[in-house]
Amino acid sequence: MRRTLLATLFFVTLIAIWHFVVQRGIWSPVLLPSPRSVGEYLLAAARDGTLFQATVVTVRRLLVGYLIGVVIGLPLGLFTSAFKFMEDTVGVLALGLQTLPSVCWIPLALLWFGQTESAMLFVVIMGTLWSVVIATDTGVRNIPPIYARAARTMGSRGLHKWTKVILPASLPYLVSGMKQGWAFAWRSLMAAEIYVTILTGFGLGHLLHYGRELHAMDQVIGVMLIIVLIGLLTDKILFAPIERFLHRRWGTGLR
Amino acid sequence: MTLQEELVGPPPAKLVVDKVSKWFRTTRQTVHALDKVSLSIGEGEFVCLVGPSGCGKSTLLDIISGLETPDEGVVMADNEPVLNPGRHRLVMFQESALFPWLDVTGNVMFGLKLKPGLRNKERLEVAKFFLQLVGLEKFWAAHVHELSGGMKQRVALARALAPNPRVLLMDEPFAALDALTREQLYSDIQRIWQKRRKTIVFVTHNVREAVCLADRVILFSRNPGRIREQFDIPLPRPRDINSIELAEHAGKITRALKGHAAGEVSD
Repeated sequence: MRRTLLATLFFVTLIAIWHFVVQRGIWSPVLLPSPRSVGEYLLAAARDGTLFQATVVTVRRLLVGYLIGVVIGLPLGLFTSAFKFMEDTVGVLALGLQTLPSVCWIPLALLWFGQTESAMLFVVIMGTLWSVVIATDTGVRNIPPIYARAARTMGSRGLHKWTKVILPASLPYLVSGMKQGWAFAWRSLMAAEIYVTILTGFGLGHLLHYGRELHAMDQVIGVMLIIVLIGLLTDKILFAPIERFLHRRWGTGLR
Repeated sequence: MTLQEELVGPPPAKLVVDKVSKWFRTTRQTVHALDKVSLSIGEGEFVCLVGPSGCGKSTLLDIISGLETPDEGVVMADNEPVLNPGRHRLVMFQESALFPWLDVTGNVMFGLKLKPGLRNKERLEVAKFFLQLVGLEKFWAAHVHELSGGMKQRVALARALAPNPRVLLMDEPFAALDALTREQLYSDIQRIWQKRRKTIVFVTHNVREAVCLADRVILFSRNPGRIREQFDIPLPRPRDINSIELAEHAGKITRALKGHAAGEVSD
């Protein structure tokens, strides 16, 4: 209760400072709209359904792209950690491509797929995949060797060793890798939506882009707030329960 | 199969270590860890390997378990060469090596689940039996990090005993525990060993601990790792680590240990 109160106080103060700065009239309201006008935009956009629709479109792209990225990236990461040959080939490729900002995939995606959903998905997958591969690989390599030794003496080998020992042992790393993958997916998708205009779906990135085109700063800031909110919510809904489970089992994260 | 039948299991194994040598090569140096070590351990015998650190006693244990392969020589378990780790020779490590993603019962069940011919209900019964044997039946659902160091080693012991191995290999399992907890575990281990006869090879650098537990203490020297001397410990059981007879034996072995160490320095 006390924590909720403190947090509320913190954010109310932030908005109050914002309000105060606007009232002093230091910057033109075209550049810095008041919290009130941003709130009014959000309310209007929520009423006429644009906000909801854009959110659905964006979150769907994000989830599909992210899931594909994880489903491919996780086994690839396991392979690169298990086989020297994979480490020297796919591992190097992943390391290289992970450093490539995902925005750089957009020109290629446009030429390959045109202004389509596939282009969007492609960019999100490329943004997710390589960081998941690297995180999985790192996770497996950081397992204390004593676990594998103990398991071997009890007769665990092959597939059993991978599913019952190596995978659960690297779970803490895998989860932080998946979290990082999620952040990358989010960034890639926003970049793609801002740069690529397509007709099949109008996402939050598009709303942001048109806010700029129309000089509607209340829309720009309003949509940014929604994007931050979605990021926070997914963290709390998707990852926080898994992290709580890990902390309980591993006895970590205690204060 | 009933619990009783499962608990009878196969008899303890006879181990023969035959002229085993091992070198560890790094880019900087080569360490001669074991030099033609030969040793015969009888069925159900409790043997302690004692020596200064770096004498290769843990390496020998790894080779007997199958985790390491010897460069020369061979280890025979019941006339079969040891080529791989296997569930007939289970190991207890200095760190408990319990799996944090499983609870206490899950850990004890891990080796049991790899044992064919058992139904899951039977496995659970066996796990409960061994948790009771180590006095932790109340903690069957606890997470690993909730246990103290001594309790962790008890669970590790239950995990190693549960699949009914023929040999138990223990690598300084009590080294990280406080003296009181250790003393309790000495009497536990003797009680359990008398109940569930196993061939036990126990590595330690604590001479008193060795005398308290072993039928035979084998003294190693280092550079390269060799067997220097062997001592039979004919004391009756259960033994008390603080008894005078035990101290006499320990004193004899300690003097031998120091003698070798001094000899090494003057070499």
